[in-house]
Amino acid sequence: MKHILLGDEAIAQGAIDAGLSGVYAYPGTPSTEITEYIQLSENKCPRGIFCQWATNEKTAMEAALGMSYMGKRALVCMKHVGMNVCADAFVNSAITGVNGGLVVVAADDPSMHSSQNEQDSRFYAKFALIPCLEPSNQQEAYNMVQYGFDLSEKMHVPVLLRVTTRMAHSRAVVNTADEPARQNELSMPADPKHFILLPAFAKRNYADLLKAQPLFTLASEQSGHNQYTRGTDPTRAIVACGIALNYVEEAAVADGASILKITQYPLPLALIRQMVNDGVRDILVAEEGQPVVEELLRGLVPSEITIRGRLTDDLPRMGELSPDCFQNGKSEMSNGKCEMSNDKSQMAKLVLPGRPPSMCQGCGHRDMYTALNEVAREYDAPRIFGDIGCYTLGALSPFHAIHSCVEMGASVTMAKGAADAGQYPAYAVIGDSTFTHSGMTGLLDCANCNADVVILISDNLTTGMTGGQDSAGTGKLERICMAMGIPEEHVRVVVPLAKNMDEMKAVIREETNYHGTSVIIARRECIQTLKRKARK
Amino acid sequence: MKNDIILAGVGGQGILSIATVIGQAALTEGWYLKQAEVHGMSQRGGEVQSHLRISTEPIHSDLIPQGKADLILSLEPLEALRYVPWLAPDGCVITSSVPFLNIPDYPEIGEVHAAVKALPRHILLDTDALVKEVNAPVQAANMVLLGAAIPMLGIELEIVKEALQKVFARKSEAIVQTNIRALEAGYAYACK
Repeated sequence: MKHILLGDEAIAQGAIDAGLSGVYAYPGTPSTEITEYIQLSENKCPRGIFCQWATNEKTAMEAALGMSYMGKRALVCMKHVGMNVCADAFVNSAITGVNGGLVVVAADDPSMHSSQNEQDSRFYAKFALIPCLEPSNQQEAYNMVQYGFDLSEKMHVPVLLRVTTRMAHSRAVVNTADEPARQNELSMPADPKHFILLPAFAKRNYADLLKAQPLFTLASEQSGHNQYTRGTDPTRAIVACGIALNYVEEAAVADGASILKITQYPLPLALIRQMVNDGVRDILVAEEGQPVVEELLRGLVPSEITIRGRLTDDLPRMGELSPDCFQNGKSEMSNGKCEMSNDKSQMAKLVLPGRPPSMCQGCGHRDMYTALNEVAREYDAPRIFGDIGCYTLGALSPFHAIHSCVEMGASVTMAKGAADAGQYPAYAVIGDSTFTHSGMTGLLDCANCNADVVILISDNLTTGMTGGQDSAGTGKLERICMAMGIPEEHVRVVVPLAKNMDEMKAVIREETNYHGTSVIIARRECIQTLKRKARK
Repeated sequence: MKNDIILAGVGGQGILSIATVIGQAALTEGWYLKQAEVHGMSQRGGEVQSHLRISTEPIHSDLIPQGKADLILSLEPLEALRYVPWLAPDGCVITSSVPFLNIPDYPEIGEVHAAVKALPRHILLDTDALVKEVNAPVQAANMVLLGAAIPMLGIELEIVKEALQKVFARKSEAIVQTNIRALEAGYAYACK
């Protein structure tokens, strides 16, 4: 069957068709649509695939490992920084090994369209010593999920599937199977001790994992995913990884050079040797993200061979690639914000102002910031520690409210650290979903030393930034905060509306003047989810 | 036959629906297609763009190289100008003339229109007026714009209509008909 699918949707359909039993994920751009697609598919045609959102990437990874332990196929999806959150479980799942197939999807975001950094998840696969797949188009993404599950079960390790924004969020026609494969039956691991990482057992497992490395390389050489095509001028070669291959082909820059297509790791040593034996003198490495392959190749080929890429300024060191990077040689990354320097008539005269994203009109975060800013101004040098979500836009005009935004949950613990250092007043602003993702443990730290902080949970009853997914703490936040040890009288709830401004300010002022840990929950439904419900 | 199209607008205006309908039509025609879109933070009232490529030959890149777009299709005139570096020398800009004013430093609208009119091939159309003429809500402005692009798409009006019906199948028949009227209004405007 032919469908137009996003890369994310192709992965989801591929997983369903591979006999998936559970998808575990926390929403994060550009990975969210994988899980959403499976949820929608379950609504239409239930196959009993578990597909409820997880509280964070770590709980997702662990639950998936549990499902794999029971012999079933499980998928874990996250954005690249989610890999940091689940790293403990991820790296150790390579040591325990798997029973049912386990595929971990990491969606990287070079150019930081909606992220804080450009980390390249291929490092994680190398770090954990497991195979990594990097499809170059949507059809390959679909096919590779099936292959990934098979490989995972054959090699008894999790497999990382790495995509980037441009693959995740681009549509193409994909040919899919007519019928999904049967799901695995429940089965216990052949050697249950493999899952007990006592040092004595872990050492044995780790030795097994090291022994399996040549098998992973062999798979990379023989699966057909990596291909070496000798050019008419084999003294030059382009090593093109994942979707970078498309840009190389689009720009038609090969001009007789050999092409080594890389979509499976570890690197296919036999194909690299072939390229060297064909007399290559100059290699251009085209890869999306960080110069992973470029660095590895330096240790693999004789030093007299020139290796060019992101480290040598032949391609931009940061940002995602585009066909223009190859056509213009050393082109600056444009990110759709190209300078209007060309002589397109009137254009040069007109300065085009940017149109940055902003919080929606009518959004409760706006009223929360208005109240907080007005109260904070009554004190000398207040500090407001922000977090990850729509409300991060409170850093921009007109609010200029927050002084930090680092990673999920950092608002709570940074405010605590600042208060420990003597800062007063110290505020944290965190959304409901981010709070349950990674803020709760920080709140326990605050409560245990009664840190002099005010934690504002801006509760819009959803995971807003990623499009309105269920939020794990909805209806439970007051009880969670009290259970953490915050006295009931310092767990306050306000409704962020202009008409409640005086009350909101009074509550914030009272809790600022209380020298201990307090939580203010500003609760009003996300304007987007509200509109969507109204339309139904 | 190929068509490299940049779709532009402001988050929430409905450029992705245009892409979905063209994509469906291309699928009916058995064409190849690639469409890169922006999700996440860019949706919140910010600039939004999508690269849509349809072709009878296989397509390599999800992104259109600069200077190669056949068409810029924009729901907002300033946003149309933002992507002019992607336009091919003989490419065409089709844009709504209606500004979306959510930034303090929006240039004088006359200058924006003049810059569009200075492009060798362009259609500047008042999508708001056109939807009103056919008694459709402003949300259907995207289908007016799509209608105006049909003569340059290389796909017949009827095929696009069918695609629209498929894409909007889950909505009520009244909504489908409203959008078809908007599509036809745009088409008639471009054919004039």
